[in-house]
Amino acid sequence: MKFIDEFRDPVLATELVRRIRATAKQPWVLMEVCGGQTHSLLRHGIDVELQGAVELIHGPGCPVCVTDISAIDLAQQLASLPGVVLASFGDMLRVPGSQGSLLTARATGGDVMMVYSPVDAVRHAQSHPDQQVVFFAVGFETTAPATALAVLQAHQLGLTNFSVLVSHVRVQPAMEALMQAPDNRVEGFLAAGHVCSITGYDSYDSFAKRHRVPVIVTGFEPVDLLQGILECVTQLETGTAEVRNSYGRSVERLGNPAAQRVVDTVYEIDDRAWRGFGVIPAGGYRLREEYATFDAQRRFGLTRSAEKNDPTDTKRCRAGDVLSGRLKPCDCPEFGKACTPDSPLGAPMVSSEGACAAYFRYHRGSLT
Amino acid sequence: MCLGVPGKVVEWIDRDPVFGRALVEFGGIRRECHMACVPDAEVGDYVIVHAGIAITRVNEQEAQRTLQDFAAIAEGLSELDEFNPAETV
Amino acid sequence: MNNSMQWSRNCPIPISSDALRISLAHGEGARLSRRLISEIILPRFATATSRGFADAATVTTIGCRLAICTDSHTVSPMFFPGGDLGSLSVYGTVNDLAVAGAYPRWLTMSLIIEEGLPIVILERILDSAAHAAGECKVTIVAGDTKVVPRGAADGLFINTSGVGELMDPVPPGPESIQVGDKVLVSGPIGRHGIAVMSTRESFAFEPSPLSDSGSVIHAVASLRNSVGEHLRTIRDATRGGVSAVLHEWAMECGHTFALTESCIPVTDEVRGACELLGLDPLYVANEGTIVIAVDPLFAEIALNAVRQVPGCGQAAIIGEVQPKRITPVTIRRNFGSPQPVDEPSGAPLPRIC
Ligand code: SF4
Repeated sequence: MKFIDEFRDPVLATELVRRIRATAKQPWVLMEVCGGQTHSLLRHGIDVELQGAVELIHGPGCPVCVTDISAIDLAQQLASLPGVVLASFGDMLRVPGSQGSLLTARATGGDVMMVYSPVDAVRHAQSHPDQQVVFFAVGFETTAPATALAVLQAHQLGLTNFSVLVSHVRVQPAMEALMQAPDNRVEGFLAAGHVCSITGYDSYDSFAKRHRVPVIVTGFEPVDLLQGILECVTQLETGTAEVRNSYGRSVERLGNPAAQRVVDTVYEIDDRAWRGFGVIPAGGYRLREEYATFDAQRRFGLTRSAEKNDPTDTKRCRAGDVLSGRLKPCDCPEFGKACTPDSPLGAPMVSSEGACAAYFRYHRGSLT
Repeated sequence: MCLGVPGKVVEWIDRDPVFGRALVEFGGIRRECHMACVPDAEVGDYVIVHAGIAITRVNEQEAQRTLQDFAAIAEGLSELDEFNPAETV
Repeated sequence: MNNSMQWSRNCPIPISSDALRISLAHGEGARLSRRLISEIILPRFATATSRGFADAATVTTIGCRLAICTDSHTVSPMFFPGGDLGSLSVYGTVNDLAVAGAYPRWLTMSLIIEEGLPIVILERILDSAAHAAGECKVTIVAGDTKVVPRGAADGLFINTSGVGELMDPVPPGPESIQVGDKVLVSGPIGRHGIAVMSTRESFAFEPSPLSDSGSVIHAVASLRNSVGEHLRTIRDATRGGVSAVLHEWAMECGHTFALTESCIPVTDEVRGACELLGLDPLYVANEGTIVIAVDPLFAEIALNAVRQVPGCGQAAIIGEVQPKRITPVTIRRNFGSPQPVDEPSGAPLPRIC
């Protein structure tokens, strides 16, 4: 497929690995921010290829993993209300809340529908006026335009049987939180390519300056990732800390203004609780007052209970340490023992893009 | 949460600013995608699709340029060689 | 392939609200029951006598060893591009017999029908099953019908049991796999799972990816005739896909299977759908594609033999057996060192991460 296969070219990738190894005079600690990047790095074994030259820390970039437990509980409650269909992305279905996952909700009679696109949920609402369709809007800035567009469409269609449970998160505030942690080890960032397709990377300039870290906007294919890593390592070796775009084919400096307009029309920035992190200031979106009629929580009069007991054992799970790079998943005492993807102790083990789950999938063999 | 896949716009179906849709091709299949965020995309352009929505246009020239840079790298012509000339293939 | 564009994601037959439907009375053994069997079911299966299926069928064998298997079939939706529940329920059991080294001869079929199922749908499914049975030259010799209350089943479940005659040489099984053996697939992988998922979840792909649902009898026969005793084992790669089969084999033979991604055949449709949905075809189900382990000296002959079979032109050698490592299945992607292939857990879910 065009724009995929060229960027999986083995000759280029091998050469880039060689260059990175030749450039790095010391092992640098980089964080890839997006779970999609984690997935690709491990799937292609790039972390292994670079062992000794670059240590890759898997960032918080898995919105499924960081979706707060109270949001999942709400989604489950909604799914079990009579006449309500809860529509969700496939990834979200297996993530446990305090009462099991959405798949559990489905098994116990809740109406849960998997959709590929939030807009498909709007269409479903349109053709099923007898059902109340609630879309579980999770995801980063990349996904926000899609869910915002769904709300806009429902609004224009005058649908009274469509609403959204908004649990969107924003990446940059989380990066800020990571850098402020006293024992932070991250020396350079691979910024999330598709987030930047929407937001652009202008706003990283002051971040890079303030924290003196290179920020490289990076794509998802092996060659993209290696190019981003090479750029980052080169900067670190020469003592620079700048924002660079290594994903020029999909990212403009100012992002995509049309997409930003869609998001701004429907959402405003809000504080948000991240699973494993706590509340991050400006870490998410909420519906604007004009679109509050599409707020599922209001429509069904549900309140988010702040203190739910997390089934994931907070004392044993070292998620905070893993996501901030202080601990490799395999060094967590529970990893692969009490904590596996089938019975996760913590958020990073729940989705296949979570740092611990990705490690489990690709490294269990070489580690046990 | 960023599984974005490049696909080729093969046909516009609706150019409405909110409901705009086009048929986009990914390998051997096509799917209707929403185009509100890429109103200027033309037939033949590539767009990155995430969750059924085109989130950006692919800049072909940029892609070409990157690949050319890479070609130079692969041939060992890049200036980066000076870091470790001994290892040049 | 273009015909599949006509596919409507719902049932292909328009159903009016006053269509004749199955009621509980159809299952109660009285007149309606008899009519269901004698008017709807029996006429479709040439072998049944006018009095119906015997309670116990008697068959005559040529005195060889028999293979027996049973499989229950549920698929939602009942109709999907490239197949339907009826033909699937025949192919599924026929394929289980075939890969065990048997020549499939007889089937029994039992229907569990949900009250309210439109009779035209039942007829359509049965026609398709009868057609598949004819194609595989198996005889449906006994059957049973139950009707359950609405909600107790999803439309229609079909259980088929099969009896086949073992043909020499019978592949010895996964324990016989040795280091150096080659692994083949008989065609592009992942087609059934993608077809069913795209239809069930209304992903609206065009053309709708087609299932590979079909019989593997000819592929197996061709292998037997060409490389006979050099075959180690054959398996149809259903749920969990090729990865599930190789993990099972690895458990039994104690070696590691090393795949090469670029050798694995995948159609453009499945490739596109998998990229879009974030899935790996290795974990996606097949319903007419087999995985073969064979003595390396005979791998090319086996490959050519399979490729002669209609529909198997894209068969390929996808990997080889290596001495045991910690990971039971590995894959070499475009570059770098081989990566572990995970054991599938649960049905693959599309991801957007
Ligand atoms: S391995 Fe499990 S317990 Fe340990 S940090 Fe990861 S999710 Fe938490």
